[in-house]
Amino acid sequence: MAQSLAKEFTKGLWAEIPPFRLVLGLCPVLAVTKSVENGIGMGIATTFVLIFSNLLISLLRNIIPSKVRIACYVVIIATFVTIVELLMQAYTYELFLKLGIFIPLIVVNCIVLGRAEAFASKNGPVLSIADGLGIGLGFTLSLAALGAVRELLGNGTLTIWGGTPVFEMGASFLPFQFMIEAPGAFVGLGLMLCMMNLIGKK
Amino acid sequence: MREMMNMIIVLTVLTAFSGGLLSAIQSGTAVKIENQVLKFQKAPAIAEIFPEATNDPLAERFNVTTDGSELQIFPGILADGSKAVAFETKGVGFGGPIGLMVGINLDTDQIIQARVTTHAETPGIGTRAKDDLSFVGQFAGKGLDTNFALKGENGEIDAISGATVTSKGVSIAAMQAKELYQKLKPEIIKQIK
Repeated sequence: MAQSLAKEFTKGLWAEIPPFRLVLGLCPVLAVTKSVENGIGMGIATTFVLIFSNLLISLLRNIIPSKVRIACYVVIIATFVTIVELLMQAYTYELFLKLGIFIPLIVVNCIVLGRAEAFASKNGPVLSIADGLGIGLGFTLSLAALGAVRELLGNGTLTIWGGTPVFEMGASFLPFQFMIEAPGAFVGLGLMLCMMNLIGKK
Repeated sequence: MREMMNMIIVLTVLTAFSGGLLSAIQSGTAVKIENQVLKFQKAPAIAEIFPEATNDPLAERFNVTTDGSELQIFPGILADGSKAVAFETKGVGFGGPIGLMVGINLDTDQIIQARVTTHAETPGIGTRAKDDLSFVGQFAGKGLDTNFALKGENGEIDAISGATVTSKGVSIAAMQAKELYQKLKPEIIKQIK
């Protein structure tokens, strides 16, 4: 039990890390990774939704009729996304302003619906939470990593949390404007996927 | 038939439960969210509308009642001593309501400045209504006899190209501001001292 729990948790961190291995949820990945802070914020919001939707769907998996399961999943996911949206407005308003429309769009994020359909609807609640946590953390890490590359090259700074940069490249550094724009996200994503494949190659 | 009933019951219970949960959380966070909006949306807008106010418009805010709903009024005293008010109205844009904070000089009945506050417009398109100050800047200095409709509708406001729905939402908010101001001016003057 403990072994499979660990397995479900760690698979999200490398073997099935969402944007790179599963290549899912690319819309927020491309749109919000302009800085590390945005990436972490988006990742945490998605993780919250993943954990709770996985838990609820797994608890209700024998009650939900299979013909309307997608509708039920969407209702559950949309509920948690709206909760995240309200909580972010109440407690982290500045981050909410930066992420804007991409918070409500978590509803249609393939990762969340994908985990509900592929995992939570077939496994128990504890395993489902481990799965949601693992995939969510993997997603957060990938967004933060991609955000770090893009922010460092495109803006010359690194901002972990709270709006003040922890690292600056200095005045002599000329930022690549390109990395902050959408094509920069594709290039960054491609290069990181390429490196992951290189490391993972046996 | 049984299966059908089962589906209907499960979906109904699920949606009812989610509706109840959301309304509970909404009412629990409403006050906090309003404070955040005041701090991050209304305060900067007011600072730009009354850059040289000699009083504190935020601290002196008061409510007036109109048609059963409350309108928050921010009074400002300008550098030359004349009195002004700022308040927010809403128009409907592409992604939902757009808030427009309008500052009006009580002595001359002229718009001092206007700023977009809360909105859910498309990044890079509708958001230009907020970020491109030449659009909301059109309202500055206009008297309240101006027709705030878009130019395509025989008004005097230039729409943002590519963001007509957003522009229209802002223009509707401005028209609403004009209407409210004309209706509420006596009440506002009474409260402002």
